[in-house]
Amino acid sequence: MTQKSMRDAINEALHLEMERDPRIIVLGEDVSGGAGGTSGNREASGGIFGVTKGLWPKYGDARVIDTPISESAIIGAAAGAALAGLRPVAELMFADFVGVCMDQIYNQAAKFRYMFGGKGSCPVVIRTAMGAGMNMGAQHSQTIYPFITAVPGMKVVIPSNAYDAKGLMITALRGDDPVMFFEHKALYPRKGEVPDGAYTIPFGEAALVREGEHVTVVALARMVVFAEKAIDALAKEGITCDLIDPRTTSPLDEETILESVASTGRLVVIDESPPRCSVAADIAAMVASKGFRSLKAPIVQVTAPHAPVPFARELERAYVPSPARIEQAIREVLKD
Amino acid sequence: MAHAPTTPPLSKEQLLKAYRQMKTIREFEERLHIEIQTGEIPGFTHLYAGQEAVAVGVCAHLSDSDYIVSTHRGHGHCIAKGCDVGGMMLEIYGRAAGLCKGKGGSMHIADVTKGMLGANAIVGGGPPLAVGAAIACRNRGDKTVSIAFGGDGSANQGTVFEAMNMAVVLKVPTVFVFENNGYAEHTGADYAVGSKDIAGRARGFGMPAESCDGADFFAVYAAAGRAIALGREGKGPATIEPRITRYYGHFEGDPQLYRAKDETKELRETMDCLKNFRARVTREGWLTNAEMDAIDSDVLALIDSAVKTARAAPPPNDAELTTDVYATY
Ligand SMILES: Cc1ncc(C[n+]2csc(CCOP(=O)(O)OP(=O)(O)O)c2C)c(N)n1
Ligand SMILES: [Mg+2]
Repeated sequence: MTQKSMRDAINEALHLEMERDPRIIVLGEDVSGGAGGTSGNREASGGIFGVTKGLWPKYGDARVIDTPISESAIIGAAAGAALAGLRPVAELMFADFVGVCMDQIYNQAAKFRYMFGGKGSCPVVIRTAMGAGMNMGAQHSQTIYPFITAVPGMKVVIPSNAYDAKGLMITALRGDDPVMFFEHKALYPRKGEVPDGAYTIPFGEAALVREGEHVTVVALARMVVFAEKAIDALAKEGITCDLIDPRTTSPLDEETILESVASTGRLVVIDESPPRCSVAADIAAMVASKGFRSLKAPIVQVTAPHAPVPFARELERAYVPSPARIEQAIREVLKD
Repeated sequence: MAHAPTTPPLSKEQLLKAYRQMKTIREFEERLHIEIQTGEIPGFTHLYAGQEAVAVGVCAHLSDSDYIVSTHRGHGHCIAKGCDVGGMMLEIYGRAAGLCKGKGGSMHIADVTKGMLGANAIVGGGPPLAVGAAIACRNRGDKTVSIAFGGDGSANQGTVFEAMNMAVVLKVPTVFVFENNGYAEHTGADYAVGSKDIAGRARGFGMPAESCDGADFFAVYAAAGRAIALGREGKGPATIEPRITRYYGHFEGDPQLYRAKDETKELRETMDCLKNFRARVTREGWLTNAEMDAIDSDVLALIDSAVKTARAAPPPNDAELTTDVYATY
């Protein structure tokens, strides 16, 4: 198998599925780039992170659409096209921009199937880049998946590696419900083994990334990478952990988490978002109510502080949960 | 033989100030372009070089009690509105002594005491804020105005349409300044602005609008003057669309594959507000080359010292993570 970056893995999923399904279209700002430019290069961008590269040369204007900076219209048009039989992939350049188009996501796309009494579906995939780590400041660094996870009707995908990203994207493209697909910016260049062909990974099935005895650790996206570091360091001292990556927060694989907690009795949840109404808080509440009798110690949550993402390198580093903080949290949950 | 001096549209002092500000912006950006390559400056930086006459031509009409809202490409607007250059440089380096304590960065420089209500990393985020500031201006009755700076790309954002219509409905003193530099990131304005005429759109909303040469300080100054005068007279909003270019990529590191190979090289020759300004003021006998040369060396020293100070300055303390937010958990 070949090593591929998460960027290339998602790109490959788009190529394979567009080839297979002519209903798939891609739209967003600079998904191709170069329209109206003076160089004549009509693929001057391929997406600001390069995820949609090579699609325009293959599929042209009808299926790869560069849009003006109009997020409400991008997401709304995608949802409308989905109602009319297409399978759009809308790129929201940065997850922070949901602020501009939230209505089209949560009042429109998310609710159609239910409000229409099951008649009609809205198979739109909204791809978006999220997360801190590049010093892009308070309006370009957030992990806003808690808001979307809270919306009935939306599926929420948050991959932590290249292999999962490809399989989950193909599942998203073959499903009939709206999906928001969060791509952590810091993970784009990270490589992993990725098969060339198409494969799917079902939603609502967590990955058991590490197996251990003493503590259950749940983490998403980049936090999985940090949790691996912390867990591997502790393994040298004989402390071992289950590391669970839910991969989708809606649907959420409660069973895998509860089963693990039933055997370890201790839970640490890691989340790059601020703590209130976070996915960490959601999972902690789920385990507290459904797995209370398994718990031997209070659940520990490791999150960002309740503050916007700061700009300065040192502050941003302190903001994001680190392997050291995760290690400390695992030690803490083992105290009782 | 020089002609007899004509009467300048600005006092000599104002002309010198305008030149100093344009030169300061240019030098600030040219120097950042170099310093960014050292890797010391965090994040993404969008340079304003090439567009100086717009920020300065507009802000030359303003005092600290007027407001502006800016964009991701905000350094020029900040300098023209009187933000401290040293404090800006510290902010861009992410230092504790920065204008926003290093918490904001290049895309969020603000100084409310100067009426500078913030650069903004959301395209179209600013114009609604400018309408609100204009409501405050109107209600105070002190003839102050607010300016919404934005790019050609921002002219396609729904929030901007809403702000323009609301400003007309409320008849508040907002001037929308659409700096049409031909591109929004990697896409040309001729593609993305359907009507290809942003000023025309503004007229459609029911306000006066004109486009002008953004590389000509005097053209911008005159157009902005007309628009701002309407606001100060209680006649509601107006729009100007300066046509301009940016000398660098969208952000630092942009390979600019959408641009013809020597486009920026040529535009530096044909669309340079500093050269245009110098030519005009010396031809008319308003200023001398020696006066401007002296400013050039002042500015160089100022920027050099701002960079040196910023490089040596300490970062914010981790305790700052949870200050300036009403509660934390
Ligand atoms: C809501 C939103 N959408 C997209 C972006 C990404 N983005 C940042 S600047 C930019 C282009 C803006 O173009 P324009 O308004 O012409 O300003 P210029 O960069 O030319 O100064 C884009 C698409 C953003 N920051 N915010
Ligand atoms: Mg532009």
